[in-house]
Amino acid sequence: MTTNTPAVDVQTTQPKAPRENYLNCTTSFKSWALTLDHKRIGLMYLIGTSLAFLAGGVFALLVRLHLWEPEGMLFSNPTYNQIFTLHGAFMVFLFVIPAIPGSLGNIVMPLMVGAKDVALPKLNLLSFYLWVIGAVMAVAAIVMGGFDTGWTFYAPYSLYTDQAVVTIGLAIFVLGFSSIFTGLNFIVTVHKLRAPGMTWFRMPLFVWAIYATAILQVLATPVLGITVLLVAFERLYNVGIFDPRLGGDPVLFEHFFWFYSHPAVYIMVLPAFGIISELVTVHSRKPLFGYKLIAFSSIAIAIISFLVWGHHMFTSGQSTYAMFAFSFLTFFVAIPTAIKEFSWVATVWKGSVALNSPMLYTLAFLIIFAIGGLTGVILGALNVDLHLHDTYFVVAHFHYVMMGSIALAFFAGLHHWWPKMFGIMYNEFQAKIACALIFIGFNATFLPQFVMGSRGMPRRYATYVPEYADYHKASTIGAMILGTGVALMVFYLVASLFIRKKAKQNQWGGVTLDWMCPTPPPHLNFDEEPQVVHEVYDYTTLDYETLQRDCD
Amino acid sequence: MSHDDHHGVMIPAPGPEFVAHEVAHHFSTPVQEFQAGKLGFWLFLATEILLFGGLFAAYFYFHEVFPETFRVGGQQLDWRLGALNTSVLLLSSWTMAMGVRSAQTSQKSKTMIYLVLTVLGALGFMVIKFIEYSAKNEHGLIVFSELFSGYDEVTGQVAWFKDYHGVMKDVAHGHMFFAIYLTMTAIHGLHVIIGAIAIIYVLYGTSKGRYHAGYYLPVDLAGLYWHLVDLIWIFLFPLLYLVP
Ligand SMILES: [Cu+2]
Repeated sequence: MTTNTPAVDVQTTQPKAPRENYLNCTTSFKSWALTLDHKRIGLMYLIGTSLAFLAGGVFALLVRLHLWEPEGMLFSNPTYNQIFTLHGAFMVFLFVIPAIPGSLGNIVMPLMVGAKDVALPKLNLLSFYLWVIGAVMAVAAIVMGGFDTGWTFYAPYSLYTDQAVVTIGLAIFVLGFSSIFTGLNFIVTVHKLRAPGMTWFRMPLFVWAIYATAILQVLATPVLGITVLLVAFERLYNVGIFDPRLGGDPVLFEHFFWFYSHPAVYIMVLPAFGIISELVTVHSRKPLFGYKLIAFSSIAIAIISFLVWGHHMFTSGQSTYAMFAFSFLTFFVAIPTAIKEFSWVATVWKGSVALNSPMLYTLAFLIIFAIGGLTGVILGALNVDLHLHDTYFVVAHFHYVMMGSIALAFFAGLHHWWPKMFGIMYNEFQAKIACALIFIGFNATFLPQFVMGSRGMPRRYATYVPEYADYHKASTIGAMILGTGVALMVFYLVASLFIRKKAKQNQWGGVTLDWMCPTPPPHLNFDEEPQVVHEVYDYTTLDYETLQRDCD
Repeated sequence: MSHDDHHGVMIPAPGPEFVAHEVAHHFSTPVQEFQAGKLGFWLFLATEILLFGGLFAAYFYFHEVFPETFRVGGQQLDWRLGALNTSVLLLSSWTMAMGVRSAQTSQKSKTMIYLVLTVLGALGFMVIKFIEYSAKNEHGLIVFSELFSGYDEVTGQVAWFKDYHGVMKDVAHGHMFFAIYLTMTAIHGLHVIIGAIAIIYVLYGTSKGRYHAGYYLPVDLAGLYWHLVDLIWIFLFPLLYLVP
């Protein structure tokens, strides 16, 4: 409260001085390092996870470059194993899982429900530092000789290889608790800190998505925690649970691992769905088609996702009946997912669509996710999967979801809320070019992988027979285009921080609470506690003056 | 402001020996703050149960696969010491509950006494656990000095499992029972220690007069955690010591 009062005085006496906001209210290093402000913690997450993404991206480019030649161009086979493992582990555990909840979720979700902060700000800061500790341990594992197990750490290989598996295992345990605490915090925030009048069905869909994600984070991640811990124990004192030499069962590891890691797919993708739900309505300036359907489909996905883990193990030795059930249940996930896709398309339909760069990223998402989702149904079919298991078809499918859908949705959200976070705009023209490059490069990278996968190219191989050379070359060229697009995006986003072109108070014309508070938001978000009286996405309430007015 | 009006007890107003509590800046009311803390902690307890859930799943799976190993292995544990530890934890759960109750009713010295008793319970549990571990060490069922010495490819035995008296020689993979016993009880023991530290922390806060009818959330949460530690042991005890 006290922090806001002087700001008003300053504004009335010296009109030119910038209004006090969360970025400039305090400036010392300590005020950032020990901040309890969800927006500052979100920004630190944004920087951290973006660095992890860039590191993971460099590993990906190295993998693609290596595969330019059938015999492999850059590395020895063991080194190649380490590089693709690093790519997977960095991308999954340091970027895709924490990125959207940690950064955009942290910054935007409390604004959207009209809260002053998340419910447990100290726990929020702890989550961030656990992420940092996990990241440092992951880097330490590289320094200690690396790890070559793939991001899945399958036993028994992960028990026998002479590499830094214990360190990276404990890193993932710590990262898991970072994720659990974030989820726990968000559940409590949504339950307890909604502004007066913010009923459950007036919550923006990004909040619903973050809420469903949080449930999964809390319920699934502990199982991963105990699993990686047991792998570490196996290596430290030969528990024997996963070690077939000692009577253990490696398939049990796979059950444990996928019991977490299938829901984890939705921990990653649900926040992306949430971003897309927001963006299609704002940039089409039209209420969302099927609001309740989308909200409930998030919860349905969260529930069903706990029942399908066996579809990763069709060739691992399960009973035929179990495989039948897992395959059948997998098709069920397609229903709520398709409901979302159709609702988004129906929202754009006859809307007043503005092709701003966030909307371009959104449209790219809609196309790519349709492909990623449908190929998932193909892989869920038991008989087809037996043929496609462990081929590049699987690699292409999950990259269409992880990179093409989730990372693109993250970019879309970043472009959408960038003016909100900083009060400045990036170069729209460059943003559109980057989006086109990323879209073209992405498809050029992974479409050939569907083809070569269906023709039998196995995943994770350091070398391959020359018949696949053309596909691999096309894929590598695509990856270069994709990399260029991402590099351009990083460039203009960073440049915008120096050029400082002022954004509008309400850059895109949103009507959710995140656009009702000042831009950039003050330390306590709202000048006075918001009262919610309108239904969500009611564009008749849009104040056009805020679209014209420069932000404070 | 008290959260306990509906229990119909007389709650003395916090006197001069207590520190008034200030609601954190982002909450509107103390009730909201209290409920947020409680909900968050219950969710945390759920994750703890799921963490142990993985271990219980492993236990049940290998109990199915090697029933003889688990039968004979279970006989090597002293059920009387296990039962004694169960009573110690149950008693300490009661003293903890009484401690929370005393904090809710602003009875500072009573709270202190009950919390000290609970910490003593935790200590007692760890001492008895230590006696049990030493016995296993003596019989070569868990040789702690060789815990991290690895696996012998030739004999096919793990270094820490020597079985001096050959009690497990007739069953398959005799070390498996003790591996699971050690993992489960060690992780549980770690929780006992963390719980004791949490109680000592609120004990310190109580001595400073921070907790009273108007604000006792940390005592309440430490209590919940302690009951969870107790609850997990109530499952561990029959599974490891009694199930044939
Ligand atoms: Cu799956």
